[in-house]
Amino acid sequence: MKAKARRIKEGIYKGIFTFLAFASLLFLVGITITLFLEGLPIFKEVKFLNFIFGKYWYPTYEPPEFGILPLILGSLWVTVGAVLICVPLGVGSALFINELAGRRLKAFLKPLIELLAGIPSIVYGLFGMVIVAPFLQKLLNLPVGLTAFTGSLILGIMATPTVCSISEDALSFVPRSFREASFAVGANRWQTLTRVVIPASASGISTGIMLGMSRAVGETMTVLMVCGGAAVIPRTFFQPVRPMTATIAAEMGETVMGSTHYHSLFAIGLILFLITLGFNIVAELISRRYRLKLGLGR
Amino acid sequence: MLLALTAALSFGLVIGSKALAAKKTITIKGSTTVLPIAQACAEAFMNRYPEIDISVQGGGSGVGIASIIDGTCDIGDSSRPIKDKEITKAQEKGVEVYENVVAMDGIAVVVHPSNPVNELTREQIKAIYTGKISAWSEVGGGKEKIVVVSRDSASGTFEAFNHLALDKERVRPDSLLNASNNAVAMTVASTPGAVGYIGLGYLSPRVKSLKVNSVEPTKENVVNGSYVLARKLFMYTKGEPEGLNKQFIDFILSSDGQKLVDKAGFVALK
Repeated sequence: MKAKARRIKEGIYKGIFTFLAFASLLFLVGITITLFLEGLPIFKEVKFLNFIFGKYWYPTYEPPEFGILPLILGSLWVTVGAVLICVPLGVGSALFINELAGRRLKAFLKPLIELLAGIPSIVYGLFGMVIVAPFLQKLLNLPVGLTAFTGSLILGIMATPTVCSISEDALSFVPRSFREASFAVGANRWQTLTRVVIPASASGISTGIMLGMSRAVGETMTVLMVCGGAAVIPRTFFQPVRPMTATIAAEMGETVMGSTHYHSLFAIGLILFLITLGFNIVAELISRRYRLKLGLGR
Repeated sequence: MLLALTAALSFGLVIGSKALAAKKTITIKGSTTVLPIAQACAEAFMNRYPEIDISVQGGGSGVGIASIIDGTCDIGDSSRPIKDKEITKAQEKGVEVYENVVAMDGIAVVVHPSNPVNELTREQIKAIYTGKISAWSEVGGGKEKIVVVSRDSASGTFEAFNHLALDKERVRPDSLLNASNNAVAMTVASTPGAVGYIGLGYLSPRVKSLKVNSVEPTKENVVNGSYVLARKLFMYTKGEPEGLNKQFIDFILSSDGQKLVDKAGFVALK
């Protein structure tokens, strides 16, 4: 009798936790279905290729034009710029914390860098708009300080904690025996670092970089505030651009539900979703490859 | 015993009628430009008539008019007149959309305080925004390039400016996009070569407003019709307003209501 009750109890618990494990999958499926349902109707009115490669975004004019190439390129430029800033900053500080900093300095620095991740993005945006943009405008003598570069700079700083924290974790997971073996065969610290430790933690570091990139490409409030928002194909880093997320955020509030413009914003969201999905798949592939190479495969 | 029963009954009746009265609601949706007017008036109105409950939501002019047509709100705010397309849609659904003008708004063209330019004609504004003029020297200013600052194309202010100043021509694609009046003011205040447009209520010493066709953008000039970049603000109702809707719109049009309009930074009708 008692055993039976216990079995039932166990079954219930198992059911609850199975449900919890699948709950996030449920949300993912729900969001994906919504994106497709609300986004696809636009392609009845605009050809897919014209949507992706169209050069002009005039959704509210008569006749409207729905070309998101400037928006896609805006997102990519800002993201590439952010990666160029957050990778050296993030990986560099991870190496310092792991290799050079003493225990006390590490206990102080790592939480401090992680604190950067806790600052709300609108605060970054305000900081960029009020302080960084006017400063850059004067320093570089630009017509306007709200540019792709300004966005990259702020996003790069925002993504640094992600890259740093995950890279540092990866570095500290390298088994001590690896270093000891390296020292034992006569390698110095630099050789050990570049030929043993970094390759061994490369999968973790690249996961960190990819997550940093996903953060940068999906960030909305900050880019809406500091990138200027010109829907043109960017030619330099020092001109205003309009990333996809900023377009959705600025226009979704005032479109009529069910209109072509409304569906086109969902379609932008869909494209964005596919791009970040691509990032995540690449990250997973890279991480697997390194694991296999080092014999750490599952 | 009987007395107690009557007392209890009448007490119940009072509570019941109170509960019934509390159910009187007005739902207002639409333009974010009209939102501050609707909100200020709704608050004052609810203070005066506590039994009436008003819910005010934004969403944009298009949403306001669409909600009137769909019957999902009582009053639809709009910062532009109803479009022909929307009238057709309303007729298809058998809805008569009634227009109430509740206030006026002027759009000021603003530049950085250091800019020597003091006035532009409407034609020059159009040429700047459509990309035919791109240096301040062409309109009597310095050597800087003109940085054109605009609003997101779904906003009521953009639609009004596009209609009033640009004859619905396309804004140059490399114009900067800002999502609010305040953001435009902030961008212009920190960019020496910038030109932007904002509602009169958002003017501040941080930016310099320009005369348009030699007329200052002031409230008087908006009301007397001499300032060209001015527009009416609407509250649409299903048919002529009656009952609660009429009570509320009459309140906005009263001198108390128009004082609130003025306080919210818009131009009172009288």
